[in-house]
Amino acid sequence: MELNHLRAWELKKLLESREVSSREVLESVLDRIKSDGKSINSFITLMEDGAQKAALKVDKKRSSGKKLGALAGIPVVVKDNICVKDNLCTCGSGILKNFIPPYDATAVELLKGEDAVIVGKTNMDEFGMGSSNENSYFGPVKNPYDLKRTPGGSSGGSAASLASDMSILALGSDTGGSVRLPASFCGVVGLKPTYGLVSRYGLVAFASSLDQVGCLTKDVKDCAMLLSAVAGYDQRDSTSINIVRKDYTKSWEDDLKDIKIGVPKEYFGGGLNKEVKENVLKGIEALEREGFKTLEVSMPGTDRSIAVYYVLCMAEASSNLARYDGARYGFRTKETFDLDLMYKKTRTKGFGDEVKRRIILGTYVLSKGYFKAYYQKAQKVRTIIKKDFDRAFEKVDFLITPTSPTTAFKLGEKIEDPLTMYLSDVYTTSANLTGIPAISLPCGKDSFGLPIGLQIMGKPLSEELLLKVAYTFEQNLKR
Amino acid sequence: MIYEAIIGLEVHAQLLTDSKIFCGCSTKYGSPPNAQTCPVCLGMPGVLPVLNKKTVEYAVKMVLAVGGRINEESFFARKNYFYPDLPKGYQISQYEKPLAYGGFVEIDLSHGKPKVKRNKRIKIERIHLEEDAGKSIHIENKDSKTLVDMNRCGVPLMEIVSQPDLSSPEEAYLYLGKLKQLLEYLEICGCNMEQGNLRCDANVSVRPEGEKNLGIKTEVKNMNSFKGVEKALNYEIERQIDILKSGGRIKHETLLWDEEKEKVSFMRTKEVSPDYRYFPEPDLVKLVVKRDWIEKIKRTLPELPDHKKERFLKKYKIPEYDASVLTSSKNLADFYEEGLKFYSAPKILSNWIMGEVLRELREKRCEIGDLRIKPEDLAGLLMLVDDGIISGKIAKDVFKEMVDTGRKAKEIVKEKGLVQVTDKGQIEKVVEEVLKKNKENVNEYLSGKEKLFGFFIGEVMKKTKGKADPKLVNQILKEKLKR
Ligand SMILES: [Zn+2]
Repeated sequence: MELNHLRAWELKKLLESREVSSREVLESVLDRIKSDGKSINSFITLMEDGAQKAALKVDKKRSSGKKLGALAGIPVVVKDNICVKDNLCTCGSGILKNFIPPYDATAVELLKGEDAVIVGKTNMDEFGMGSSNENSYFGPVKNPYDLKRTPGGSSGGSAASLASDMSILALGSDTGGSVRLPASFCGVVGLKPTYGLVSRYGLVAFASSLDQVGCLTKDVKDCAMLLSAVAGYDQRDSTSINIVRKDYTKSWEDDLKDIKIGVPKEYFGGGLNKEVKENVLKGIEALEREGFKTLEVSMPGTDRSIAVYYVLCMAEASSNLARYDGARYGFRTKETFDLDLMYKKTRTKGFGDEVKRRIILGTYVLSKGYFKAYYQKAQKVRTIIKKDFDRAFEKVDFLITPTSPTTAFKLGEKIEDPLTMYLSDVYTTSANLTGIPAISLPCGKDSFGLPIGLQIMGKPLSEELLLKVAYTFEQNLKR
Repeated sequence: MIYEAIIGLEVHAQLLTDSKIFCGCSTKYGSPPNAQTCPVCLGMPGVLPVLNKKTVEYAVKMVLAVGGRINEESFFARKNYFYPDLPKGYQISQYEKPLAYGGFVEIDLSHGKPKVKRNKRIKIERIHLEEDAGKSIHIENKDSKTLVDMNRCGVPLMEIVSQPDLSSPEEAYLYLGKLKQLLEYLEICGCNMEQGNLRCDANVSVRPEGEKNLGIKTEVKNMNSFKGVEKALNYEIERQIDILKSGGRIKHETLLWDEEKEKVSFMRTKEVSPDYRYFPEPDLVKLVVKRDWIEKIKRTLPELPDHKKERFLKKYKIPEYDASVLTSSKNLADFYEEGLKFYSAPKILSNWIMGEVLRELREKRCEIGDLRIKPEDLAGLLMLVDDGIISGKIAKDVFKEMVDTGRKAKEIVKEKGLVQVTDKGQIEKVVEEVLKKNKENVNEYLSGKEKLFGFFIGEVMKKTKGKADPKLVNQILKEKLKR
């Protein structure tokens, strides 16, 4: 078996017993990227030199008997909106194509602290805005299951690199489903942690109140490993939650018998693909066989979440992206006649269509006369949706839904129709609006052989238990 | 028709914290451009603001000093606009639910005449925290460009918004002075308007006296000194009255004060004024100021000017005017009280501070801390006078020398031989000499021209180089001229 096909926890054993070296693991990943990377287009920057140095350092440390971090020698890829010091951080945008941050994101600093080997920066929808990865300045990422199809967005590069064995662990970011949707489309595990569990410092902001760094991995155990490394309180992020750091990899065989799982009926209505529905329901039955109690719940606020989500994320984005004005970060139109024109021409040229659409709409909903009708109303409905979830969580511990209404659609299929595209996020945005953790797990395949994703959502900071339930589900599916 | 003016001021005070409001960069003034910056205050992609608690503490002090109500929960908001010295494209400020509402300051309209005591309360609308922007430097030449210095970017500002309670430029001037006094007492702001650490915008309108409805207001910006504020307001009020008198209408617009030309120029109308699209700052959590924190800060408050003045009146039994002047700045008041530890005549020390010390400060355009004389040294000088060792006149010369050199009074007196002549015989001799030399004047005096008495004193003092005890000179002259 080739090393790049293995999971992180398997590699960790091999590395610790010195059956393989970090350099060998890295080499297998790099070989795979070099042979097929272009056709998938999952990387924007490959950090070959840096990765080789890091792997060598880990091997030396190991042979000299020094203490090593939990991810020692494991290759990790990082979505290109998370800063890695002295490396390009483009956010998939032309306006940042020359931007090199002089700082590490906290999550990256933690990875380095655990001796992980950072291999590259992955392709994404520009600033995280998209569900198909077609909105990248660097071209779309292809789904390894079918190169004519989308890997999902916006963390498409991270998900596709895992599905094509070009990486072992991947960091993504999730604002409305950007980790879970690509995980679902690419048949991998994708976790969006509780808002505030992983520091946002160094994650380039799209919508600050919704953004969260997330984990993409090949299985649940790996997900726990990666989360244990990056989660934790950070003084540099005022919205980060001040709790003691946890090791999520500790035990998997707890008694989960008393756990109740809710199935919100609103998530199984119109618009849901038949095969997706069948597979997810089968998945739920499997959990019942494991002894979990399931019951139907109602979340009447569900159908409003998409509207609320888009109003709020666009509003915040319009402000967050104001800093890309041509004065800094390298990209500026050459026709600089005056200040206003510099702004207008730089932003017209530097941003892609979807980003411009969201900036314009976001500016609109914050404008005098519209603020109340859109932004404030959306905030009110956000509170109502939160209450929906609070009420459901009084009765059940977790909620199970499909991750997406469909499997991976074809590239170009929805790009001209933003509203249809936005509906890809219909099941995922609620977790961002409410700040709760949510994980997407592979749940069979459709008749085209495309992966289907099942989503489990939990109470705030319930990651430990959520991962255990996910693990049980994963084990059951294997049988 | 008589018109009355209605003025409200928005004052921005730079808080004297060591570091900026949302990052650890230094706030020191005068460093090379962009030397005091980091990814956070430069607004680089992915970085996040973290509130400097000290700025809250300072602002709370001011709120307590004016008796405002602190909101237990307040919120930061983004004020969105594009400008090169605003690196994030928005300024973090407070909009809905600021740190505090209410409170007031009292201004004294008695013009130094204690008998017509007239105080006026100026109510405070709100006090909130925000970050400063950077500084744009426009270079005008053939390839003119704009350079940006971000050292000031993220420096903490406290905005104090008054209610429109001010009815004249003079009141505005006094109000500003009162705010400055409080800020200095609290040691939370440098208060140098020229350096920009105290800035002021004004909302101005006029209406016929007796009219209930408010007139249309204009906003005047860019006033860079206390006197500038007074001048700009005078100018703007007159401008508005002239327009109304000639049947015109005031336009709701923003105006810039030009300090050199002493006139306002048009900046923009309110119709095209930017829509700042305020919304809650999602990168910061709500600001919570709990009671016990407020109590803790309260305990660190110094004695405030009005209390200090009352105490001076009671304790030192000095006139109200003296107490006002001495407590006008904390440093002056401290100097006075420190001096009284070594010298026990409050009124005499007060006279000296209000006279000689303040004259020096005016001449040298400096602060009391810059003078090289310490309170105990001044006390030492005054004791020399009381003990009759030097005359009051000589003391003034000695004082000047002390201020310039930092030396003690005793040393100077000894070195220059300025000790007062109190030997009766010695003075008598000099008096006799003077009278002998000026026989004609003596005769004139004796025939009734009594004004000449001062002339004789002057001559005697001249001969003794001012060292003769004036009381003795007086006494002896009177005796000798009787015969
Ligand atoms: Zn800074």
